[in-house]
Amino acid sequence: MHRVLGDRRAIALLLGPALLVYSLIMLVPMVWSLGYSFTKGNTIDGFTGNGVANFSRLLDDPAVHDALWFTLKYAVVVTAGQVVAGYLLALLYVFFLKRASALIRTLVFFPVVLPTVAVGLLFQKFFQVAPQTGPVNSVLNAVGIDSVDFFGSAGSVFWVLVVMDIWRSMGFYAVLLFAGLLDIPEEVLESARLDGATGLALVRHIVLPLSMPVLMSSLVFSVNGTLKVFDSIVALTNGGPGNATTPLTLYMFQTSFTYGDYGYGSTIALLLTVVCLLVSLVVYRVSRRDLTEG
Amino acid sequence: MSVRMPSARRARLSLFTAGAVSLALLATACGGSGGSSSATPKEFSYLSVTENTTVKTALTTLSKGACKTADDALPLKVETVPQASLDQKLQLLAGQNALPVQFAAGNAPALTQQLAKSGKVADLEQKLKDLGVYLQLEPAAISTIKALYGGELQVLPYEYNIEGIFYNKKIFKENGLKVPGTWNELVAAAATLETKGIQPFSASGQQGWPLTRMVSGYLYRSLGPYALQDVADGKAKLTDAKYVKAAEEIAALGKKGYFGKGVGSIDYDTAMNQFLSGKAGMLYMGSWALANISDRKQNKVGAENVGFMPFPAVTGGKGSIDQYPSNVGLGITLGAQSFDDKTGDWVSCIARNYGTTALKDHGSISGFKVNTDVKDANEVTTQVRDTISTSKQNVLWFEALFSTKATTVSQTNAAGLVTGSMSPKQFMQTVQDALAAQ
Repeated sequence: MHRVLGDRRAIALLLGPALLVYSLIMLVPMVWSLGYSFTKGNTIDGFTGNGVANFSRLLDDPAVHDALWFTLKYAVVVTAGQVVAGYLLALLYVFFLKRASALIRTLVFFPVVLPTVAVGLLFQKFFQVAPQTGPVNSVLNAVGIDSVDFFGSAGSVFWVLVVMDIWRSMGFYAVLLFAGLLDIPEEVLESARLDGATGLALVRHIVLPLSMPVLMSSLVFSVNGTLKVFDSIVALTNGGPGNATTPLTLYMFQTSFTYGDYGYGSTIALLLTVVCLLVSLVVYRVSRRDLTEG
Repeated sequence: MSVRMPSARRARLSLFTAGAVSLALLATACGGSGGSSSATPKEFSYLSVTENTTVKTALTTLSKGACKTADDALPLKVETVPQASLDQKLQLLAGQNALPVQFAAGNAPALTQQLAKSGKVADLEQKLKDLGVYLQLEPAAISTIKALYGGELQVLPYEYNIEGIFYNKKIFKENGLKVPGTWNELVAAAATLETKGIQPFSASGQQGWPLTRMVSGYLYRSLGPYALQDVADGKAKLTDAKYVKAAEEIAALGKKGYFGKGVGSIDYDTAMNQFLSGKAGMLYMGSWALANISDRKQNKVGAENVGFMPFPAVTGGKGSIDQYPSNVGLGITLGAQSFDDKTGDWVSCIARNYGTTALKDHGSISGFKVNTDVKDANEVTTQVRDTISTSKQNVLWFEALFSTKATTVSQTNAAGLVTGSMSPKQFMQTVQDALAAQ
């Protein structure tokens, strides 16, 4: 076996098929997609090269600016909400509920396994104003406040989306961070307690630094997931009202498949890839610096 | 003489063979069962939209009755997609050369023209003439189709609609209202209903087009029948003050709350239901709504209590109240490659029988001739049919000459126009930008 694995040709032969398959299903489509960025057209009319026109259009397109701004705003707010809510829940599981947390963990995790479309419809009904008054507006009416058309303005619909996505995914981050907190040795916590660290001080000086690696992983997961958000927005608002909740992914989808402009759609996809890459790099750099300092 | 290979060479050969086999297996797995060819169809496949139930139900009725012979040879198979996903689906199918035999050809005529240009849509004028059924189409329907589709007959007139405002006669009578003849009278009638606690208009902001149709209605009445042709030809812009004025008038109705609460969340069925259950006084809609009005399960106010009025005149405007927006519903066409003799039999049968079936069984008016006497379902159907037969000049709708992108932008922003989240000027600017982009 050693003789086979020491042979470069054997290694090439063993890795070759996997590398070939990976190249075919991952690298080739990516390069292909990049190639489309320099073309104009669609599957009906065919494609023609148009140089860097799509890239200059990208810079001038107000819809791209709006979509990029919405994507970043949504990613920052939802990531903060998901990770903070998840972390608070994980602390609750470990330090308060302890062994009795299984039921709560299951209940909080439940929305994660629900289909996104079902969650979208649920929240539509929850916040609706017409034709029936939804529960949220009923509560507002009960305390003497007029019904609010949550889906009618960009400001209110953004917060409905934020609440829905945090509710939908905080259970996942809670479990992830819970696993990280369980890894903190009990002796470390015990000795900190003996030194007088309790409550917030214990969390701030002991728990938080020791759970930083898993916290950073959660952050990378969350940022990438929220930058690429698509299904929950399509289910809840379909990008509306107008284009107020249209992220880059949805604008890319509409451009390619509804407007039949595959070349420009690929250029928008490329922009999204670059944004994801940059944000991930920033998060990784921050996490590496923190760990060494810690 | 036996030849023994060295062990290292044997191992390399085994590895190479294993690799080759695994790749071959993968390639086979990825191959699928082969793409479907659109030539020589085995079914009369029909791709439609979920929202339109009349055409598929009428075709199913024909498949069991007048067109049974055609159906036995080529069975009807209906598939539907939500209207919002139709354009994506068509482009993907067209790209794969897998368009069905008959299909709803896109939300904007621009997509159908694109498909026709690439040879994917049958030349229906020639086909119908060859089959000897061209004269089964109403001339008015043919001229509307040609106005929309660059002078060619690219879709079949499964519907022939005029548009206007349906109103609740009972509500109007109880509140001492006469049928408005001018825009100012319409606004005054709406104000009266609002003060009496009745929602003046029912409209779907989720669909958007019932609102943009009102913008174009005002434009045709104020600027004349060529108002939007001028925009398409580049002679005018939607951002010109006289065009923005139309958006301002419709936005003002929304500002006064005449479309009710949460208009942006109201879907088509809910808007229809609000009117047919007497919760709203008026509904801007096309004559396809006659099918809903004739249906006693849906219409709780009774067909006898529904009236139809043209979009009112704008005082001093260049348009006339007897110019009706007309359309042939969702364009439904046939694929060029799959049009064979069996498909031809189906099309002949449809041309001869669809008009009667649609009117008799569904109270729906099509652009096919009605070859047998059919008693109208109600008074409003008679009124609309008379209007269609006496109408002298037709106009199109707001997005009729727009690109797919401008159509989507217009319809998705319409709710914002009436809820005030977008100013009339912003709305027209956004649509004009989308028009310029393609």
